[in-house]
Amino acid sequence: MSVNNLFPYVLRVADDSLILGHRLSEWCGHGPILEEDIALTNIALDLIGQATTLLQYAAKVEGKNRTEDDLAFLRYDRHYFNSLLVEQPNGDFGMTIMRQFLFDAYRLPMFEAMQHSSDQQLAAIAEKSLKETKYHYRHSGEWIIRLGDGTDESHQRVQKSLNLLWRYTSDLFFNDEIQKDMEAKGIAPLMDDIKSSWEKNVKEVLSEATLSIPENNWEQVGGRVGKHSEHLGYLLAEMQYMQRAYPNMEW
Amino acid sequence: MVTKEQIWEWLEEVPDPEVPVLSIVDLGIVRDIELGEVIKIDITPTYSGCPAMKVIEESIIIEFKKKGVENIKVNTVLSPAWTTDWLSDNGRVKLKEYGIAPPENEVDKSLLFSKPLIVPCPNCDSRETKMVSEFGSTACKAHYVCLSCREPFDYFKCLR
Repeated sequence: MSVNNLFPYVLRVADDSLILGHRLSEWCGHGPILEEDIALTNIALDLIGQATTLLQYAAKVEGKNRTEDDLAFLRYDRHYFNSLLVEQPNGDFGMTIMRQFLFDAYRLPMFEAMQHSSDQQLAAIAEKSLKETKYHYRHSGEWIIRLGDGTDESHQRVQKSLNLLWRYTSDLFFNDEIQKDMEAKGIAPLMDDIKSSWEKNVKEVLSEATLSIPENNWEQVGGRVGKHSEHLGYLLAEMQYMQRAYPNMEW
Repeated sequence: MVTKEQIWEWLEEVPDPEVPVLSIVDLGIVRDIELGEVIKIDITPTYSGCPAMKVIEESIIIEFKKKGVENIKVNTVLSPAWTTDWLSDNGRVKLKEYGIAPPENEVDKSLLFSKPLIVPCPNCDSRETKMVSEFGSTACKAHYVCLSCREPFDYFKCLR
C-alpha cells in the first residue's frame, strides 16, 4: 500500500529536520562566539520550520486526525525515524559542525532531486528547503576546512569527531522496502544517486581540510526503522516534557 | 462587494512584524487573492521557520475586521518558493532608509569559500564593507560592518 509507505517515508525526512533542529537549539546562549550562536540557532530555526511543514503533511497522509504537534510531542523513540547521525550529542563545537557538515552534504543532493518528486507537496517543501540548505552547507563546509586545516588543536578535534561520527553516516543511506517503493513511484529521490553526490562532496571537502576518512568502516544502522542510540530518549524526554507533564497544554 | 484593488490596498497597511517599515505587499509574500463569499488570500513564507507567519496571518484578519470584512481565509503556500526578486522597488527604498541594505541582485553561486559580495553601506554608501556573519538577527538577514563609517548594519540577503 503506497499510503502506508508514504507516511513513514515523510516521517524519515521530517524527523531528521526536527531532531537536528532540536540538537542545534541546545546551543542557544552557549555558542563559542556570538555570531556562531546566532548562526546555529538560525539553522535550527530553518530545520524546525521544515519539520513543521513535513509533519503537517505526514499527519495529513496518515489521516488519523493527528496534528504536527501530536507527531512531534507524543511519539516515543521507537516511532521516530530520524537517522542515527542527527541524534548524536553536540559534543564540542567541532563535533557539532562535523555532524552538520556530514548531514548538509546529504541534504543538498536530496532536496535538489526531491524538487522533481511526483508528490507535489514534497516537491514544494524541497524547493523551499533547498535554498536554506545551500546556506547551511556553505557554513558547515567552510568551518570544516577552517578547523581541519587550522591549528594542531582544531585539526585533532575535528578529526576525532569525524572518527566518531563516520559509523553513523551509512544510516543516512538506509535502503529498504519503503525506500524502494517510494523510489519506484517517483516520490523519493534515488538513494544511490544521493550517496554518490554525498561521497564526492564529502571527500572533496575533507581532503581540502587535510582530514582523513577513518579506516575502521564498521557501520551502525537502525534509525530509519526506529532503532535508536540511547541519546534519542534523553533528547525526547527534554523536548516532550511540557506536553507529557501537562497534556494538551497550549501557549 | 470589495474589489481586488481594494484588498491590495488594505494589505499595504499590514506591516511585516520583524521589519515593520515594510508592508507584506512590499515584501512580496502575498501571492494570490481570490474573491468569493469567503475571500482567500495566499501568503508564502520567506524562510521555512519564519516565526512571523502566524502573526502576519492574524494581522491580516484583524486589519480586515477593522474594515468590516470577516469572511476571509489566509492560506500558506510553499511553491513557487519566495525569492528576494519579489521585493518591490518601493520596499527596497524603504529598507535602505530604515538602515538595512537591500538585497544585491546577485546570489552566491559557488558553494564554498566564495568571495563575499560587496554590499554598500546603507548609512554612508561606502563600498568598503565587510561581512561579519552570514546569519543575522533574523533568518532573512546577514550581519555586515562598514569600514568607512564604522557602523554595523544588517543586509537583507539575496535568496533565489
